[in-house]
Amino acid sequence: MMPTIVLFGPLMGALIAGFGWRMIGEKNAMYVTTGLLFLSAFLSWILFFGDYDHVQTIALFRWVESGSLSVDWAIRMDRLTAVMLVVVTTVSSLVHLYSIGYMKNDPQWKEGESYLPRFFAYLSFFTFAMLMLVTSDNLLQMFFGWEGVGVASYLLIGFYYRKPSANAAAMKAFIVNRVGDFGFALGIFAIYMMTDSINFSEIFTQGHHLASVSFTFLYMDVNAAEAITMLLFIGAMGKSAQLFLHTWLPDAMEGPTPVSALIHAATMVTAGVFLVARMSPLFEYAPGTLAFVTVIGASTAFVAATIALVQNDIKRVIAYSTMSQLGYMFAAAGVGVYQAAMFHLFTHAFFKAMLFLGAGSVITAMHHEQDMRNYGALRKKIPYTFWAMMIGTLAITGVGIPLTNIGMAGFLSKDAIIESTFAAGSGVGEYAFWMLVAAAAMTSFYSWRLMFLTFYGKEKGDKHTHDHAHESPMVMIIPLAVLAVGAIFAGMFFYNNFFGHDVAEWFSVAIYTNHETNHVLHDAHDVGNWVKVSPFIAMMVGFLVSYYFYIINPAFPKGLATRNPGLYQFLLNKWYFDEVYDFLFVNPAKRLGHFLWKKFDGSVIDGTINGIAMGFIPFLTRAASKAQSGYLFHYAFAMILGVVGLITWFAIFGGAH
Amino acid sequence: MDNLLSIVTFLPLFGAIVLMFFLRGDDEMAVKNAKLLTLFATGATFIASLFILQEFDPSNTGFQMVEQAGWLGGLTYKLGVDGISILFVMLTTFMMPIVIGASWKIDHRVKEYMIAFLVLETLMIGVFLSLDLVLFYVFFEAGLIPMFLIIGIWGGKDKIYAAFKFFLYTLLGSVLMLIAMIAMWYDAGTTDIVKLLNHEFSAGTISVLGFQIVGGAQTLMWLAFFASFAVKMPMWPVHTWLPDAHVQAPTAGSVVLAAILIKMGGYGFLRFSLPMFPVASDIMQSFVFFLSVAAIILTSLIALAQTDMKKLIAYSSVAHMGFVTMGIFTFNQQGLDGAIFQMISHGFISGALFLSVGIVYDRMHTREIEAYGGLAIRMPVYALIFMLFTMANVGLPGTSGFIGEFLTLVAVFKVNTWVAFGAATGVILSAAYALYLYRRVVFGDLIKESLKGITDMDTREKLVIAPLALFTLLLGIYPALVLDIIGPSVEALVHNFETVVGAADTAAPNH
Repeated sequence: MMPTIVLFGPLMGALIAGFGWRMIGEKNAMYVTTGLLFLSAFLSWILFFGDYDHVQTIALFRWVESGSLSVDWAIRMDRLTAVMLVVVTTVSSLVHLYSIGYMKNDPQWKEGESYLPRFFAYLSFFTFAMLMLVTSDNLLQMFFGWEGVGVASYLLIGFYYRKPSANAAAMKAFIVNRVGDFGFALGIFAIYMMTDSINFSEIFTQGHHLASVSFTFLYMDVNAAEAITMLLFIGAMGKSAQLFLHTWLPDAMEGPTPVSALIHAATMVTAGVFLVARMSPLFEYAPGTLAFVTVIGASTAFVAATIALVQNDIKRVIAYSTMSQLGYMFAAAGVGVYQAAMFHLFTHAFFKAMLFLGAGSVITAMHHEQDMRNYGALRKKIPYTFWAMMIGTLAITGVGIPLTNIGMAGFLSKDAIIESTFAAGSGVGEYAFWMLVAAAAMTSFYSWRLMFLTFYGKEKGDKHTHDHAHESPMVMIIPLAVLAVGAIFAGMFFYNNFFGHDVAEWFSVAIYTNHETNHVLHDAHDVGNWVKVSPFIAMMVGFLVSYYFYIINPAFPKGLATRNPGLYQFLLNKWYFDEVYDFLFVNPAKRLGHFLWKKFDGSVIDGTINGIAMGFIPFLTRAASKAQSGYLFHYAFAMILGVVGLITWFAIFGGAH
Repeated sequence: MDNLLSIVTFLPLFGAIVLMFFLRGDDEMAVKNAKLLTLFATGATFIASLFILQEFDPSNTGFQMVEQAGWLGGLTYKLGVDGISILFVMLTTFMMPIVIGASWKIDHRVKEYMIAFLVLETLMIGVFLSLDLVLFYVFFEAGLIPMFLIIGIWGGKDKIYAAFKFFLYTLLGSVLMLIAMIAMWYDAGTTDIVKLLNHEFSAGTISVLGFQIVGGAQTLMWLAFFASFAVKMPMWPVHTWLPDAHVQAPTAGSVVLAAILIKMGGYGFLRFSLPMFPVASDIMQSFVFFLSVAAIILTSLIALAQTDMKKLIAYSSVAHMGFVTMGIFTFNQQGLDGAIFQMISHGFISGALFLSVGIVYDRMHTREIEAYGGLAIRMPVYALIFMLFTMANVGLPGTSGFIGEFLTLVAVFKVNTWVAFGAATGVILSAAYALYLYRRVVFGDLIKESLKGITDMDTREKLVIAPLALFTLLLGIYPALVLDIIGPSVEALVHNFETVVGAADTAAPNH
């Protein structure tokens, strides 16, 4: 019962706010959705502390049944679900609350335009779809949630639909995600072909079998387990903005900031990580795919971090930071420590949501200015926001006491990942280790850069804006405070569950580890001390460089950029991914479409047909004039009436039995 | 009610006759009465058809409620319904009141307009219920005439060109079908479809003008039927009549065309090609797959380049029909279930999309995408409805559009991964063209002077489109409503097909 309420509460809220707001009023629409989300969050925490030594399934009703394909709407409760429920509903309820303050008097809308109920309906709908994704007991329902969050994301990125840039970003998000979904869908087809089922309970028993069989995919003979997991991972890459399918995420910052916090930092983008963890019974039998996952994850963490170094838009810095942190999670999953991936997912949700909401508070204070070059010295003017951002920064950079389990949330979960990659002992593991340590230094650099540019130094930009900078209302500060608690304590408090002594018992059946080949989780605790302190050293290096660049010698970064224009432009332009994709895919598709329409349909097909019909044309012209005068009408009509009249006569009097 | 099927079939025609002979004058009152009477007739037909649904037993895979009578010169009048056809009948009777409701603003030759639609309804229902070749052919071909008139009289400025293109294209295909039907009658000695379904047409290789024809007579007949159904469907590359016909047709004409008429092609494959010429169907599988994937990819790309709203949706229809033909020729349960589901679902979705275009066309008298932008600001209800159907068209899970695409793709993956791979790219392309359309029409700022006074959907428009929205969601969430009805009949069809083709394969292992 409880999971059902958690799941459908947000849907109710979305429907009430979306369709009933005229009856209950804008304010009540906000309160109802927010209230229902808090209810869901409360129940989720109760569920979180439950025991999950076996999987509980709650079947709702039938969905698709065709031959041997049989899928229900159902809820699957295990530890993974419970963790995701808490993450999703907690962040979502806080974002709802925060939005009550943030979205008030939005300057994007004119007097009298009603946008609040729509916004809250979308937020709640998103939450519902995300919950469907994480509670699913089969791949199809997961795909429903997967696409559902995609739509919600599309609607919310394009929420300011007057802005062309917002519309473009929304479309891009949906279409790039569809490229990933294309892989996901093919993965589902392949699973059905090989196991005759797409229900988790049945396919999870088939991992060993799938590793031993192969099928023909596009003329290639492929190992079933490898191919299936690879296709599913392509889906995960799209949703979680991993390298090559990441270009939509920075653009998604066009959406209102609470949306960025909820969807594009804490929840939706982690769906890919969840997918890999959920499918661990198959991934464990696909070493090739796992290596690929590690390489992509580690590379993403590195590349995104390099781009974040030079971005000037406060939200884009955090967006690239998100992408980078998601890379960490995949790297962990790739070396077989799904628990560490989930740990980082869990802690990251708190501090990244907080960083985004904090950024939102800064943006509100600065009258919707997002360029950090126009910030500075805001520490005193918005003290609560400053402290929230400070805690978030300490958490993401991984501040803690080396060689102990005492530290901010990110300290514990990030170190768990870095140690796991090293402990994997493989080539890709080592690659990941060095990439992630380097990314940790950059994370520290860009996070502190953000802090220094925003809160320290001198006031820059419009003086009027600075004079009127003000702290946000309590309704926005309270969510920050709650998230701050998570950002500080989530790591220490749950370390034993996610990565320490209790991990096997706690996750129980939710995550499968193939103990014949995978001992990484165990070995990760025995790595050398230099490995354990390396992220800490990287963090310190990043901090010190940042301190030198932006506090001690603020003229230095500009000089550096001028001396290395090529590198600077390369990073500033995000490695030119967008430009390359436009050149390779977008423009050719448009041109090809036009060509096919005008040349092929027009000249070739119609040309041929018209050529054949040439003999008819004089007849056509005459018939045409008759048609217009109406003769043809009567003629045709008489004919048809004759035919059907006859049939009717026989039907009625002809002795039909 | 022994004559239930006949009643449902001819009720609209009866309405047309009443209209023709008992409604005089063209004053306002008469016009209004014509509309009301037509609405009543189509509504009554729908209600009557509900009795068919109620009486229908899905577990019985044979034909039910069969009616038979003698006809001209030894021909037979025979109607019946099974799991394959019943939902097409329901789709027709369900859509027609909606179509009439959408035609409320017609002011040119209203009586004739209504008569044309009523006659068309009878003919369409007849196609799906006929159990006799000749009867089927009469309904199938006669349906051309009212549609031809609807485009030719109430259409846009190039209506004559479009009407004739439509007419000739479909007629040429049908002539071949007629020849094949004569050959079938010659071979089997009957025109009774039930008997023909149990007749085995020879499939031995024959030689014509030095060409070896694998599958022999079956292949030739299959090709002749294919010519007709492929044009109707329409399949690539004989689809070019459809965009022209849609652009020129009045809104209601487009709705009928997209929602029902083109489904006759898919129905034809299921009723004739697969069960009667299984060996030939098996031989032609790759050929149909190739055309289906070409339709999905190429017409989606073309849709991306369109500047006219209706043309864009028309091209998208061709792409969606690609999933149908692909699904049918997988010859397995999911493929056929998915194909039928996709046809029903596409009826609602494309119908609603054409209605949506009609709504703004009625206000602005243009279908140029460029003429719009920012409608969300003044038309929030419209924006919501259009979003729903755009997403359904994209195949979003939770809408009916998803189930058909999913089932056909899952089915074809088992048969040929290349085809599945190619067709699945359609999900990316459809998102691109559909969202691109939505963005240009509904999103953006409302800056065009002409749009500043545009009004949102009125009550009639909402009532017309609401049932479609309801079913699009309902079937997406609970597709068993359709799958339970068609399942057993499809299973029997697949089973018979496998038996025949399996036997043929053993007899001639290297065909």
